[in-house]
Amino acid sequence: MRGIRKAFGATVALDGVDLSVAPGEICGLVGENGAGKSTLMAILAGALPPDAGSMAIGGEAYAPRSPIEARRAGVAMIYQELSLAPDLSVMENILLGVEPARFGVIDRARMRAMAASALAQLGHTDIDPATKVGSLSVAAQQLVEIARALAVGCRVLALDEPTSSLGRPDVEHLFALLQRLRAQGHAIVYISHFIEEVKAITDRVVVLRDGRNAGGGATAETSNEAIVSMMVGGRPAELFPRSVRTPGEAVLQVDALEPGSTGFTLHRGEILGIAGLVGAGRTRLLRTIFGLEPVKRGRVRVQLLPPEGGSHGGPEPAGGLSSRVSRGFRLQAEAPRDRWRAGMGMLSEDRKSEGLALGLSIADNLTLTRLDRFGALGVVLPARQREAAARWIERMAIRCGGASQPAGALSGGNQQKVAIARLLHHDVDVFILDEPTRGIDVGSKAQIYRLIDSLVADTAGGRRRAVLMVSSYLPELLGLCDRIAVMQRGRLRPPRPAAGLTEHDLMMQATGADAA
Amino acid sequence: MTARSILDRTGTLVGLILVAAIFGALVGRQFFAPANLELMARQTAIVCMAALGMTVVIAAGGIDLSVGSIIALTTVVIALALRADRAPLVAAAAGVAAAAACGLVNGVLITRLRVVPFIVTLGTMLVVRGAAKGLAEERRIEAPITWLNDLLRSETGRLLVPPGIWTLLVVALLIGGLLGYTRFGRHVFAIGSNERMARLCGVAIERTKIAVYTLGAALAGMAGLLQFSKLSVGDPTVAIGLELDVIAAVIIGGGSLSGGRGTVAGTIIGAAIMTVIQIGCSQKGLANWVQQIVTGGIIVAAVTLDRVRSVSA
Repeated sequence: MRGIRKAFGATVALDGVDLSVAPGEICGLVGENGAGKSTLMAILAGALPPDAGSMAIGGEAYAPRSPIEARRAGVAMIYQELSLAPDLSVMENILLGVEPARFGVIDRARMRAMAASALAQLGHTDIDPATKVGSLSVAAQQLVEIARALAVGCRVLALDEPTSSLGRPDVEHLFALLQRLRAQGHAIVYISHFIEEVKAITDRVVVLRDGRNAGGGATAETSNEAIVSMMVGGRPAELFPRSVRTPGEAVLQVDALEPGSTGFTLHRGEILGIAGLVGAGRTRLLRTIFGLEPVKRGRVRVQLLPPEGGSHGGPEPAGGLSSRVSRGFRLQAEAPRDRWRAGMGMLSEDRKSEGLALGLSIADNLTLTRLDRFGALGVVLPARQREAAARWIERMAIRCGGASQPAGALSGGNQQKVAIARLLHHDVDVFILDEPTRGIDVGSKAQIYRLIDSLVADTAGGRRRAVLMVSSYLPELLGLCDRIAVMQRGRLRPPRPAAGLTEHDLMMQATGADAA
Repeated sequence: MTARSILDRTGTLVGLILVAAIFGALVGRQFFAPANLELMARQTAIVCMAALGMTVVIAAGGIDLSVGSIIALTTVVIALALRADRAPLVAAAAGVAAAAACGLVNGVLITRLRVVPFIVTLGTMLVVRGAAKGLAEERRIEAPITWLNDLLRSETGRLLVPPGIWTLLVVALLIGGLLGYTRFGRHVFAIGSNERMARLCGVAIERTKIAVYTLGAALAGMAGLLQFSKLSVGDPTVAIGLELDVIAAVIIGGGSLSGGRGTVAGTIIGAAIMTVIQIGCSQKGLANWVQQIVTGGIIVAAVTLDRVRSVSA
């Protein structure tokens, strides 16, 4: 692959990337979240056309127009999310689309033999070609997917985060298998966040950063430190607002929710950031704290003392709120309600499918958690609801055609402002923000940074809030947060003061490179 | 207000006027005579009453296939109560309460078993129909004549329209208010529009859904009361397939099966459009099959138009 370029609208995802893999070689492809790895692989697999650049396999030009063409040309992708039909048998899955048939009737005996030989090539004769895929373990399903790639004679095999859902022994099996395929002369691209895996299995490593090649080399000669440096690079410093902040009393206390994790305490006047790679469990942690996922162990406590300066408008639970799994299914199912009541609000990372109801008006979206202000006895006067929304629209500079406009008609940045304004309208004390600036324009980003800073600033006039935020964009965390905790493979590490940290430190922890 | 938003708000009304104009031209001036209009209103009442409840269910992203059976059960319960010498009001209340109980069961099953409403209510459609037949011992239940039978009787006196129609109008106003002006209403639309968001925002999803199905079935019970009034007997085999007319009225009126949309005014107009077609066809002497084809065409056309509108908006 040479000079590959791809842009989505104004965002350049890939800007002239080169990648080559030799037969009998495993090449590691690494990079931060959003560095362009997935886009590059989608182009390789024929799922996306490149804007510029060329590809060749075995010296022949290769320009797939669809995944099927890519498959015919001998390129197979194994995605993180397996793409098998769980109700079909192993052999039907392996030979899906290339079933041996005579006069349109499937030749089951030959099918079985072909599937068995593909599995044997992987050294796994233990899987019966007639079993249903849905009844197999995830590791076995992955094998089936690899067997499918081999059955159609693939020469280039690309695996995207293949170990994310595997246990330790299965990872070792997979590595043995990849070495076997390498020995058979296949060219393999191995994509992973985890530096120690890349070190263990690959021959060569290629690093992407911001859609460009950021270096690489023979794996044996490249240190963890060097790989991480290539991943984070020397980004120009951005300016983040930082008012004078003084941490106040504790408002949220979270025990270790996963084995091996640490607990933490969040204070008023403080921004606590959580860094980590996609899939490290950051979102799940926030969702568990907010009661959207069951608390399996440990506990979450919200302690809201009578706030400093001015009274809190909503009902205040006397002793705070705690949640344990033993309190049963019902409470869990409606737990977010208790969280809002306790003065906590959450911004979802998934704006379109969880953050907003795109078909409903801005006013409805913005005020849903706090409708009791618009009339007595459960009555909601739409005029007052719109009035309140209009005030937030003005204060947050949301570009729209009025409070009655459907939220779906807004741009990403303005939608995000509506979602954040919901927390402000509810007047929460604890802000839980999951990727608050994902996929929004620069102007809105700067505005949201200023807003988050103003929540915890001493000069806020009224009471100071507390912010717990997850972000994949490290400069944002380093620029905004007072303390940052890194999450790696479901384990949260103790928070450390942001002042002493660099992108490099965070990436070392997040990729597990410091432990390797 | 732009031309587009006027069209958006009045789209279904324009449809009604168009359909009425066509049949007016076909049938002649007498099509719009007061007596004929009243006939249409009485004809619409049963479907319309149940459709008001279905509007709430559909706005919440659900569906209730059991309303036809619930109507039948209600007529049986009312007839049995009257035969047991209960006061007419008590009998009517018992019928509506039985219907509401069915809705409560639907709601509880849907939220607790986490089975999709289509399947749950498909099951209860059969269960309730069976229960109605069992209760009536598979016969029509004769009941003494009371004022309940006058609810949809043609009215020439000072009421202008039959009391059943007045009841329908009052219920329509109440449901309109409930959907547009209460916290419950906002929660219904939030759940229907994006249930995950509703959950994130702390909406009591289970409780709201149970209330929605109970309310929907209670209104089906009111429809059952009107049905009883028209029949004057309890009939366990009445209103088979009526749920589809009810759903069609909501859909023609702008409701969306994916939830989050639906208005009382739209539903009433939707029900009216179907009635105009039915009565228009029969008065023009067109066969029943023509009627059905036209109604089916209108449903598809209405939804297609709605799609085009919402995509371009």
